[in-house]
Amino acid sequence: MSPRDAPGMPAPSGNGSCNTAAVPCSCGHNHGHQPFAGEPASEPDFDALISARGLSMWRGSREVLTDINIDVRRGEIVTLIGPNGAGKTTLVRILLGIEQPDAGRVVKPASTRIGYVPQRFEVDSAIPMTVGSFLTLGEHATLKDIRAALEETGAAKTIGQQLSKLSGGETQRVLIARALLRKPNLLILDEPASGVDFTGEADLYDLIDRLRAKHNLGVLLVSHDLHVVMARSDRVICVNGHVCCSGKPEDVSQHAAYARIFGPQAASALGVYRHHHDHRHDLAGEPKPLAPVLPTDTPPQGRGS
Amino acid sequence: MLAWPEPFVWRALFAALGLAIIAAPLGCIVVWRRMSYVGETLSQAGLLGVALGLAANIDLTLAVILAAIAAAGVLTLLSRQKMVPLDSALGLMHHATLALGIAAIALVKGPAIDLMSYLFGDVFAVTQNDLYWIYGGGAVVVAITLYLWQPLVRLSLHEDLATAEGINPRLPRAAFDLLLAVVIAVAMKIVGILLVMAFLVVPAVAARPLSETPERMAVLAAVLAILGVILGLWLSLWSDAPGGPSIVIALCTIASISLLAGSRIRR
Repeated sequence: MSPRDAPGMPAPSGNGSCNTAAVPCSCGHNHGHQPFAGEPASEPDFDALISARGLSMWRGSREVLTDINIDVRRGEIVTLIGPNGAGKTTLVRILLGIEQPDAGRVVKPASTRIGYVPQRFEVDSAIPMTVGSFLTLGEHATLKDIRAALEETGAAKTIGQQLSKLSGGETQRVLIARALLRKPNLLILDEPASGVDFTGEADLYDLIDRLRAKHNLGVLLVSHDLHVVMARSDRVICVNGHVCCSGKPEDVSQHAAYARIFGPQAASALGVYRHHHDHRHDLAGEPKPLAPVLPTDTPPQGRGS
Repeated sequence: MLAWPEPFVWRALFAALGLAIIAAPLGCIVVWRRMSYVGETLSQAGLLGVALGLAANIDLTLAVILAAIAAAGVLTLLSRQKMVPLDSALGLMHHATLALGIAAIALVKGPAIDLMSYLFGDVFAVTQNDLYWIYGGGAVVVAITLYLWQPLVRLSLHEDLATAEGINPRLPRAAFDLLLAVVIAVAMKIVGILLVMAFLVVPAVAARPLSETPERMAVLAAVLAILGVILGLWLSLWSDAPGGPSIVIALCTIASISLLAGSRIRR
């Protein structure tokens, strides 16, 4: 039997294992295509908003993605982390249907409506476009809908401004407003914090968290930033061509593969931040103490290596 | 001096006005997608089309359209490869098509051909038949442009976002290449191969500083192009300068004034 969704899986007592990883995964290098316990490679999760199995992708002779499994369910924030060039954006493009994988499949129930916020949305200044006209472009949205969406994302004052003149944070909020106008149940955001300063970044993640709760959205977030994102995610999937490890943020941060990719200081940085947000992880939205993990908040140097 | 214009002047005016209206929205998309160099290459492939049309004895407008479409196909393939940057490939193809076209026209046996009229056009030599092409073909071009306008704007703005939102990028892009080829073939008669892209790009550039939305920019580009045509033809009749270049001079003057005014306002 597949050990999927094994709730009795113990939290990791030390480093070196993810709680959802069935096998001790030594990462950053090829270790065969072991299915993960939470996401068996064979059958997609038909209850998920989106479910992918065995995705592989080549660019010329280089394999950029190897046997990726991923699910996003309603109400959860799944964060995809990994170094630059790890194939995160390629994976998102496959999930969105922009690119076709060389192997594997993506299952999207007909009820899934995706709101997509792309990475680096830089509008060419040659294109005149106000925020208001951008939000109506291809959408049957009334002025009232647009105002409401912008109000919700905190960008109400940008409605008459040119898209190419917005700041990074404003652009992201406008893009999220556009995504919301499509009445999505799944929000996919590719590096939403790029081009946003540190406080703006925290605000942005607060916003995403609020929207998730209010609309019961599934959220797939791509990030290379470990401090803020991980603490708010229900599940973190660490990708470096293949899935290195996945699990709850605190577990992934303890994982050897994670430390190998991001360095030992990343784990400690996460610990410090989580201290302020230690009740945000529970899937059901209930405060959840993180007692077992607290002692590792100030880890000795060289953790995981 | 300009009492009642003779028929050839009216034909020139109607031809250029028709072209101005057809070309304006497409020109905006060319500017948004930074395709002016692509357009140049397509229009110069038209010269090769003229040579092949003369050799095969088929309608020259059709030959130019086919040559431009073929060039668009080659460019699509070129844009997919990664070995040579597209700009370099364009630099090569741009000159290759022009040189081949001029050489081929010289080599084609048959009646003596005025190369200059293909390179720079002769707006006052527009025939009734040309007008049918401009308004018949133009109506089709405008209809398709309107139909594909919203997907084209969205693809110009952000291709991934548009694709993720369910637009298949292939159809609008292929249709756009086709429309561009038709407009180039039609415009060639009026402004010539070397100045065709001015008719598309310059009005769009002129309209940009005065526009808040894509639609406004397209409409304004058409209005400014009409103004440029009238001014340019008047300039040509008054000074005896060739018609096509005179129109382009007028268009460029309007664009310069608009850009200057735009930068003033923004300061």
